[in-house]
Amino acid sequence: MAKHFNLTLHVWRQKNAKCDGKFVEYPAENISPDMSFLEMLDVVNEGLIRKGEEPIAFDHDCREGICGTCGMVVNGRPHGPKERTTTCQLHMRSFKDGDNITLEPWRAEAFPVLKDLMVDRGAFDRIIAAGGFISAPTGSPQDANALPIPKENADLAMDAAACIGCAACVAACPNASAMLFVSAKISQLALLPQGQPERYLRVRDMIAQMDAEEFGTCTNHGECETACPKGIKMENIARMNRDFIKASLTYRPATIGGGAG
Amino acid sequence: MSVAEQSIAGAEARGHGFLASSVGRKVIMAATGIVLFGFVTVHMIGNTQAYLGAEGFNGYAKFLHTMLHGAGIWIFRAVLISAAGLHVWAATTLTMDNLAARPVGYRAQQNVASTWASRTMRWSGVILAAFIVYHLLHLTTGTVHPNFDHTNPYANFVSGFKVPAVAGFYIVAQLCLGLHMWHGVWSFSQSLGLSHPRYDGLRRGFAYGLTFLVVGVNITYPIAVLTGFIH
Repeated sequence: MAKHFNLTLHVWRQKNAKCDGKFVEYPAENISPDMSFLEMLDVVNEGLIRKGEEPIAFDHDCREGICGTCGMVVNGRPHGPKERTTTCQLHMRSFKDGDNITLEPWRAEAFPVLKDLMVDRGAFDRIIAAGGFISAPTGSPQDANALPIPKENADLAMDAAACIGCAACVAACPNASAMLFVSAKISQLALLPQGQPERYLRVRDMIAQMDAEEFGTCTNHGECETACPKGIKMENIARMNRDFIKASLTYRPATIGGGAG
Repeated sequence: MSVAEQSIAGAEARGHGFLASSVGRKVIMAATGIVLFGFVTVHMIGNTQAYLGAEGFNGYAKFLHTMLHGAGIWIFRAVLISAAGLHVWAATTLTMDNLAARPVGYRAQQNVASTWASRTMRWSGVILAAFIVYHLLHLTTGTVHPNFDHTNPYANFVSGFKVPAVAGFYIVAQLCLGLHMWHGVWSFSQSLGLSHPRYDGLRRGFAYGLTFLVVGVNITYPIAVLTGFIH
């Protein structure tokens, strides 16, 4: 069995959305390298509970890297030092005895801190609600080959759809821009026939909501792409920009008698 | 807490227009950036005529002032001033938005993918703006040039760069231009939605090549005057 080790955590503690927060130092002792990062926090929290202190609040759910719930900035990198890894899939073998680890919540005006390392990512839900869907009549499924889709488009749409909405892109971006997330959600539909009817309405609506949520804007640093646990590419941002330009050039205001014939 | 909390902006926000939107202003930034990078490239090529001596250089200056019966230079000036104005406006409003988007920063922040050039765009831009004002007062109007002669641009150019402090400032400004182009020339293609695996590699190469060419040649002018190669 691998040797257990000790760490020092510097954790952002904030009682609620209204209070100011501060960094508090905690020892993390007897940590197994086989633990996940969240399990390490569970161990620290058990110690805190035993001492009658408030445990460190952090978001988590599936703990298998697919739900996008967990997320904290570990030593200045969202989800920690390993690429294409969520915090729950980060293991303590990525650290060594005596390491200092600074834990901070996602920092963005659009994501108010609820408590400690938990933030309210409702802004992402509202961006999706603004247009990140297709309006399809339900009924019996069509034949699979009724809608021809080029393999390349299917693959690119699937790559974009890998976004789990964890918001590491916003956390990593020096401008707190949400464009990688928004562009992935636009691209996954823009690349498929089902997404076409609302394609240019969607891009305008989602960008309008993104702006209203007060996210920053992309300056092409590329930090988002590196931080993304699902490897979403900045090519999606270019596709979003392209669609937005086309939508802005071809948009027609709704008319009262539209389609009356 | 965000203004839009618990509300979907919807149709009203959609009407907030191209110029008010983040992506719209990025497009303005990129389009005006192309005009400005195009200009510095042509400016660099035109100025290589300094190596042809007084006659060639002054002849080029005369051509610029007389083309299209004198209207040409004003058309160029109008386009450049509009582009620069829009570029600065977009940069300022986007920067304000970006600063407001993260009111509380990180204690530890690691930069992994961003470059020094990309993180200093706003500073290289501000220095360039100050330089452009100085450059116009120095070699276009002659306001800050001690012995300016409206009829002899070549003499103005040579006597201007003979002052080491002036030449030094020009070189520093060129290095800022280099930083700005290093990130900006690549960045505008991304903002305009020009991205495809077939030419993504070329975008970086084009940016670096153009940066070295423009800045490399521009820096030779003050150095050539200081060393007496141009006299």
